[in-house]
Amino acid sequence: MRKGSTHCRYAEDVNPAFPAEIMAQPGGEALRDCIQCGTCSGACPVAVHMDLTPRRIIALTRAGLEADVMASSTPWLCASCYECQVRCPREIKVTDVMYLLKRRAIEKGTYPKRFPVPVLAKAFYNMVAAHGRNSEARVVIELALRTNPFSLLKMAPIGLKLIKTGRMALGQERIKDPKQLRAVLDAMEES
Amino acid sequence: MSAYAYYPGCSLTGLGKPYDESVRAVFAHLGLGLEEIPDWNCCGATSYMSISGDKAVALAARNLALAEPMGLEIVAPCAACYLVLSKAQHTISGYPEIAARVHKGLQAAGLAYAGRAVIRHPLDVLVNTVGLDAIAAKVIRPLTGCRVAPYYGCQIVRPYSGFDDPLRPQTMDRLLEALGARVVEYPLKAHCCGGSLMGTMEDIGVRMSFLLLKEARARTANMVATACPLCQYNLEAYQGQMRRAYGEDVTIPIVYFTQLMGLAFGLAPKALGIQRNLVTADPLPVTV
Ligand code: SF4
Ligand code: SF4
Repeated sequence: MRKGSTHCRYAEDVNPAFPAEIMAQPGGEALRDCIQCGTCSGACPVAVHMDLTPRRIIALTRAGLEADVMASSTPWLCASCYECQVRCPREIKVTDVMYLLKRRAIEKGTYPKRFPVPVLAKAFYNMVAAHGRNSEARVVIELALRTNPFSLLKMAPIGLKLIKTGRMALGQERIKDPKQLRAVLDAMEES
Repeated sequence: MSAYAYYPGCSLTGLGKPYDESVRAVFAHLGLGLEEIPDWNCCGATSYMSISGDKAVALAARNLALAEPMGLEIVAPCAACYLVLSKAQHTISGYPEIAARVHKGLQAAGLAYAGRAVIRHPLDVLVNTVGLDAIAAKVIRPLTGCRVAPYYGCQIVRPYSGFDDPLRPQTMDRLLEALGARVVEYPLKAHCCGGSLMGTMEDIGVRMSFLLLKEARARTANMVATACPLCQYNLEAYQGQMRRAYGEDVTIPIVYFTQLMGLAFGLAPKALGIQRNLVTADPLPVTV
């Protein structure tokens, strides 16, 4: 039985501000139009690995059951393939909602701790803010060191092949004018 | 000579180097200019969207602002870059409040963006602007013997691209046929390879990519053509893991559609980065 389907939810479990806040952001607007048809779940190539299908995430979000949504692996397993989004008969931006949920979880620090996805997102974010470019090898290595250092051993054969074929450099790529980029991002912080 | 503003993106300087090399070679051969956007920055990929909405738009918009004075359409070969730049453009034109904040951010750095960017994928430019006739006219070594599974992946056809069907695209099929290749029926052509899950949840990524290759082989393809550096990497570099996880050999060359174009045009394999591919492409009309 899937998590969340065996016990009741009560009024205390509902955070009415949750759906309102999601709907106030770009991509979240149409949440209320969902007819629970399940097209998104049927189309989703990752649904078999998720604890809650995309349809259920939409239903729980709309109902304000924030704790259930935030504890779910689903937004972190979403591969951003947009299958659900282009197929939804009610034009709900399911993929964009997944991003809104990820963002909320990272802001509030409520993401499931065992998932490397937020770690990757942060490592990537910081690297780009500092240097303006992402260096694939460095992101991968940092992610591995923070989550599962042993995975580096497993990746070594691929890494070596990529270095040999000139497809992986260990240096940091950077733009010429990181200060200008910093100024853009800082100004966004203030507004 | 028509020219485009070129946004290679981070992947094309690393894992996707053969994509960069073959795009440049093919465009040059067709007499199309590619002028790199000066000091372009990372588009932010999907990670930035997971952290901040406004900043993700601003990060991508710096590139659009840098490209605007060039007065050219932007060509972005990486599927993720193509999606992110398009998404930024859509957000700026559809959400005036966000646009106002982004403009303020750009202004603080001495930049301005009037919102005129047109972002295109090379597949779209080559087939819909250059045209199949002009391409076929350049073919001197038809890809006879190549049975290609045309793999589009997700983000060049969904959700922003207007150049093809988001679920059953055809553009690459027609292009490959114009090169003399046989295109196999491939229903998974726009199915997800797992994207960045390969780096974060490897078992799931491996399964998704495995299914794509198993199907390509079942359809008698002897190679898979891609249009995205992450798809190409996932499908190519993890074939050993797929075999270990599922006890089935799915070895198959994974090439960029632009590499196939270059070969059909008779360009030197080295100029197309063929030697950088990890799975040698035996059925290609050249020996590397
Ligand atoms: S496809 Fe759309 S309408 Fe149907 S359940 Fe999913 S979100 Fe709701
Ligand atoms: S975008 Fe995410 S939720 Fe939607 S179908 Fe793809 S993986 Fe599933």
